[in-house]
Amino acid sequence: MKTIYTDNNATTMVAPEVLEEMLPYFSELYGNPSSMHSFGGNVGLKLKEARQKVADLIHADPGEIVFTSCGSESDNAAILSALAANPDKKHIITSVVEHPAVKNLCQSLEKEGYRITFVPVDNMGRLDTDILYAAMDNDTALVTLMWANNETGVIFPVEEIAEKAAEKGILFHTDAVQAAGKIPIDVSQAPIDMLSLSGHKIHAPKGMGVLYVKKGVKFHPFLKGGHQEGGRRAGTENTASIIGMGKACELAGSHLKEMDTRVRAMRDHLEAGLLENIPAATVNGEKDNRLPNTLSIGFDAVEGESILLLMDQTGICASSGSACTSGSLDPSHVLMAMKVPFESAHGTIRFSLSTYNTMEEMDHIIEVMPGIIQRLRDMSPFWKKH
Amino acid sequence: MWEYSDKVKDHFLNPRNSGVMESPDAVGETGSLSCGDALKLFLKVNDNGRITDATFMTFGCASAVASSSALTEMVKGLTLDDAAKLTNDDIADYLGGLPKEKMHCSVMGQDALRKAINGYRGIQIQEKPGDVVCECFGVTDLEIIEAVKDKSLESAEDVTCYLKAGGGCGNCLEKIEEIVESAKVEA
Repeated sequence: MKTIYTDNNATTMVAPEVLEEMLPYFSELYGNPSSMHSFGGNVGLKLKEARQKVADLIHADPGEIVFTSCGSESDNAAILSALAANPDKKHIITSVVEHPAVKNLCQSLEKEGYRITFVPVDNMGRLDTDILYAAMDNDTALVTLMWANNETGVIFPVEEIAEKAAEKGILFHTDAVQAAGKIPIDVSQAPIDMLSLSGHKIHAPKGMGVLYVKKGVKFHPFLKGGHQEGGRRAGTENTASIIGMGKACELAGSHLKEMDTRVRAMRDHLEAGLLENIPAATVNGEKDNRLPNTLSIGFDAVEGESILLLMDQTGICASSGSACTSGSLDPSHVLMAMKVPFESAHGTIRFSLSTYNTMEEMDHIIEVMPGIIQRLRDMSPFWKKH
Repeated sequence: MWEYSDKVKDHFLNPRNSGVMESPDAVGETGSLSCGDALKLFLKVNDNGRITDATFMTFGCASAVASSSALTEMVKGLTLDDAAKLTNDDIADYLGGLPKEKMHCSVMGQDALRKAINGYRGIQIQEKPGDVVCECFGVTDLEIIEAVKDKSLESAEDVTCYLKAGGGCGNCLEKIEEIVESAKVEA
């Protein structure tokens, strides 16, 4: 059975070009980039190249790129640094639909005495910017918002919000883990102070993150120790992964157009096909303002885990917005915040595509899904025959 | 990925006795849409008080479907007296075990069965007594105390696994922990 992988917002395949670039740095080229000898120094030169490629993807300066171990570390480092840099300010603004890396840290800071404003979203997943702007005050140390939502793909107007934050002298951080490689990111066009990226979402390996720290922004390191990363993140560099990340960013930049055209067309085809062939199905999130690769779709009266397991039987990989897969029992906090009715929230499936998907795969999914949903509806006490 | 036993997988992929029963003698319903799982159990009972047929309709995850399917197989042929003695642990055992986090699926089976039998016998099902502790799933303090004693639950986490209480917003977890601690002392 062939695997059809449509779970790219969860993780992606390491691109063959990325792997090829990395392999020598696991074996013969094992030098420490900090060493005085050229055996290590040459690895250092290769890291410099990689740093430039990462910077290019987001239009930053290579000196503004800090390599970390994952997106979550980048988010934690950014938020804690903002607080350390503003010891007299005790307020953070974020949203109700953030990734746990931001949400759970903010909730734990709240217990420590910080004031957190969780800005709500509407039923399309759009941020309530009136509440956001009204919450900015002299006590606000940081605004931290995701660029695009991992579950629905809905894009927040981060550039506009960064401007407002800058006007008030408030630091602005964005978790761009899902946006990177799917839509253009240009930090030179907006006063974004910090920005997080994750390697494994853009065909680099797992265990690789990036934090962009704008030149001039005071930074307090999360991990203290050696002088690596300009003193902003200690620890001997994860050389092979950094080199892979460089290659992955180069590829991501060159694939942006394909994301916006071919991948978007596949997503739209999948969406239309499912809506046409399955009654009582609803797309979650603002349709016109989504990542081109993401489709969150709820099927009334059936439950996500059951859908996923039946899909798994046919080799299709996706995620659910339902609870049962994660251990929590409510539907995801994102769907709850959007007030998606329970009836479809529990039966929500997220398809997230990459440039490696094909139109044939979309047709196969469209062919298989109606039977899966019907099979579960046939035994659901809540399914009223339409 | 949950680690489901082969028997759970089999009962999920090939559910026994799913469907609505024509003119059932007893019906037991539990769960709701908002809770994320629900079971409607249908029974045929003969004049000797023996269950001759059972079917189910279930909304929920794989273990909810498997628990329902298993339940219908288990009760067929039993007298109502014997069926009334079935517990959620019997359902889980029949399935070769359930992940701890999914034990509430077997609890749902036991609950629907009790309701069906009580309904058949004309026993008024009491409104859930006690004070609601978990707003998300409507679980009361008395239900938690009963479960702690019956199932030897040790922590709030265990209570969530068995009753779902605390598994939604999580605001009541501290309160549940207190109830568990005092119930353990009593038990």
